[in-house]
Amino acid sequence: MTKGLALVNKYRVLIIFAALCLAAGILSDSFLTVNNLLNVVRQVSITAIIAAGMTLIILIAGIDLSVGSVLAFTGAIAAGMITANLPLVVVLPVTLLIGLLFGLINGLFVTRWGIPSFITTLALMVIARGMTLVYTKGYPVVVSNDAFRFIGNGKIAGVPLPIIIMLAVFALMYWVLRCTSFGRYIYAIGGNEEAARLSGIPVNTIKLAVFGIGGLLSALSAIIYTSRLMSAQPTAGTGIELDAIAAVIIGGTSLAGGRGGIVGTLFGALIMGILDNVLNLMNVSPFYQSIAKGLVILLAVLVDSKFSKIKTR
Amino acid sequence: MDTIALKMEGICKHFPGVKALDRVDIEVRKGEILALLGENGAGKSTLMKVLAGVHQPDAGSIYINGSKAVIQGPRSSQALGISIIYQEFNLVPNLSVAENIFLGREPRRVRGVIDWKRLHQQAQAVMERVGLKHVSPKTLVSELGIAEQQLVEIAKAISYASEIIIMDEPTAVLNGEDAKQLLRIMLELKKQGMAIIFITHRLEEVEQIADRISVLRDGKYIGSANAGEVTRDDIVKMMVGRDITDLYPERNEKLGQPVLTVEHLTVKGELHDINLTVREGEILGIGGLMGSGSTQLSKALFGLYPNMQGTITVNGQTRIRSPREAIDAGIALVSDDRKGEGLVLIMSVFENLLLPSYRRISAGGTLMQRAKQTSIVEKWVDLLKIKVHDPAVEAGTLSGGNQQKVVLGKWLQMNPKVLILNEPTRGIDVGAKAEIYQLMKTLTEQGLAIVMISSEMPELLGMSHRIAVMHEGRITGEMPIQEATQEKIFLYATGGK
Repeated sequence: MTKGLALVNKYRVLIIFAALCLAAGILSDSFLTVNNLLNVVRQVSITAIIAAGMTLIILIAGIDLSVGSVLAFTGAIAAGMITANLPLVVVLPVTLLIGLLFGLINGLFVTRWGIPSFITTLALMVIARGMTLVYTKGYPVVVSNDAFRFIGNGKIAGVPLPIIIMLAVFALMYWVLRCTSFGRYIYAIGGNEEAARLSGIPVNTIKLAVFGIGGLLSALSAIIYTSRLMSAQPTAGTGIELDAIAAVIIGGTSLAGGRGGIVGTLFGALIMGILDNVLNLMNVSPFYQSIAKGLVILLAVLVDSKFSKIKTR
Repeated sequence: MDTIALKMEGICKHFPGVKALDRVDIEVRKGEILALLGENGAGKSTLMKVLAGVHQPDAGSIYINGSKAVIQGPRSSQALGISIIYQEFNLVPNLSVAENIFLGREPRRVRGVIDWKRLHQQAQAVMERVGLKHVSPKTLVSELGIAEQQLVEIAKAISYASEIIIMDEPTAVLNGEDAKQLLRIMLELKKQGMAIIFITHRLEEVEQIADRISVLRDGKYIGSANAGEVTRDDIVKMMVGRDITDLYPERNEKLGQPVLTVEHLTVKGELHDINLTVREGEILGIGGLMGSGSTQLSKALFGLYPNMQGTITVNGQTRIRSPREAIDAGIALVSDDRKGEGLVLIMSVFENLLLPSYRRISAGGTLMQRAKQTSIVEKWVDLLKIKVHDPAVEAGTLSGGNQQKVVLGKWLQMNPKVLILNEPTRGIDVGAKAEIYQLMKTLTEQGLAIVMISSEMPELLGMSHRIAVMHEGRITGEMPIQEATQEKIFLYATGGK
């Protein structure tokens, strides 16, 4: 492979991202305004934070379908606690803890009983949704609390807080994956679980932790989401697992595990968000938007498999 | 009857960095059994893959029944009447014997409805030819034993109207009685006019049924002979070809205290009452045929059977119930399955070398500086002469010998006291072999204790200080190298006394 092509290959997500921004700027006057861009990224942050956890899970060749339901349940619990006048210093940690717990349950079924993560998390997806409906009786839980509102709607130095949280999560995950043994073990397990085990890596502990992180980040996303709307919807997060998986895949992480990274996921999520935004700005019907998104996913994966073929040749 | 069924002439095949086949000539006549012999890595399996259409030769010609043939792929190989029976069977366990034999070619009535009656009749006919009379065609393959499954494979080959059958170590997975039965069936097929190429390591089987032998060594064609006209010694000489002393360094002479002591090690269904001691600087060779339990022993020593009974003591530490505990006790395992268990092929050489060490070179989970990591990696790349232009390339791109060096490097960095090598030179060319042997010697001089499991007799005899032989999960014999002979090892390996 020539050097130029290698470069294109390495930064293909960035190139798609740049091309999309350019096209969006040409197609719509209002796209390249500070307000609109901040708006897009703030919206993306909810999916992106979940996609960050999903990246780790997909890197170990797993999948987590329960993230959307966990988001709904933890969001409802958070809203419930706030209406019960509990202070945020209690509400936030407890919400995160419940998310972590859901993730650990997923991980436990996968590691302890060897059940494929697709099945485990599918079951938990249905269960957590049911729990949400039971808890909310099917009605939104409306909250009013100014400190809580700030999380989803506040700004620091002009930057919306959800964006700052999202960037912090991605920076942390970037560091974890690159500079800690835990991060390198994730790649090793995804690449060859048996070789990893025989290298003395505590495979099950790592997997458990990865699923735990996935659940925790779902809860973090739930906090932002609930705060944005100032209400917890029983149907919140429906289908968000697919958006998150799409972001990870568009970002170049392999579903087979072991290859990819967190930076790609951030851009993958942004690509999905910008696509939504520009189609909205152009007044394209949501029905067509869905088709367009699907096509972009196909395109991204096609480019990916083309390049990975070149690489192995 | 004396017509040549298959003739291969001047076959060459290169892989990056390796000459796998170098002007190989093979021919087999109708109604003849040709034994294809050679050490591991001699090129037998590459040659087979050429016949199977998996690899295209770089040079040379293939003639089938006298006319020139080009084998483009597995289908064209089949169409030319070639069938290959691999060591791993290609059977669908949950389908019946008849369905397996005719998979994809079931006799049909109109519109894709299977004609079961005809299917069973036709299956019955081929099954009789391979001695499967006592089995109903409706039996599920999963209900059959391994020997019968192999016969199903052979029946399948016959049903393709194959005239040339290649069998890759078919008796390796069978016990004595089943192996004899298989040899009888091979003779029967021969009588029916089939040309059979028989790959085996068991020379007594060659004596029993082969008409001729052909020998490969390091990808080169060494020669052919009529089976009746050569002795076992002649054959071994052709296979090994060089003086063993050329390849194997002198043994380390300073043996120290026992480092590894194994007492009454038992793993239910796998290992029975294993007792071993290995001293500092000593190489204990472990021999045995496939399925002897030596691989299980290596895994037990590495903590992979948490339910084992008995004791393993390394440096006074006795609790070894997981790879991590084994590593902490100072044990390292170089598995025989380099690609499946030794390396993460899609990770870089750099990372593979550091994988077990990460927890030692990190503080609170944060890895040490990149520069320090690089210096460790460079040390091993230099020391082990790993041929890689940049350690950042994926380990999967390296040749077998260099991959093995990476596996060795990752363990030596852990500074082990006991190194378990399972088939340390399998699938490695002679040059890299010699380097690995030299390395083993250097390591023993530094006091490392080595347990070397090997199915290559010359390697066992050339490297070990002592040899223990396993059969069906037990150690059936142990001897110092001065008393070891191929015959003795073979006798113990087959469970004889």
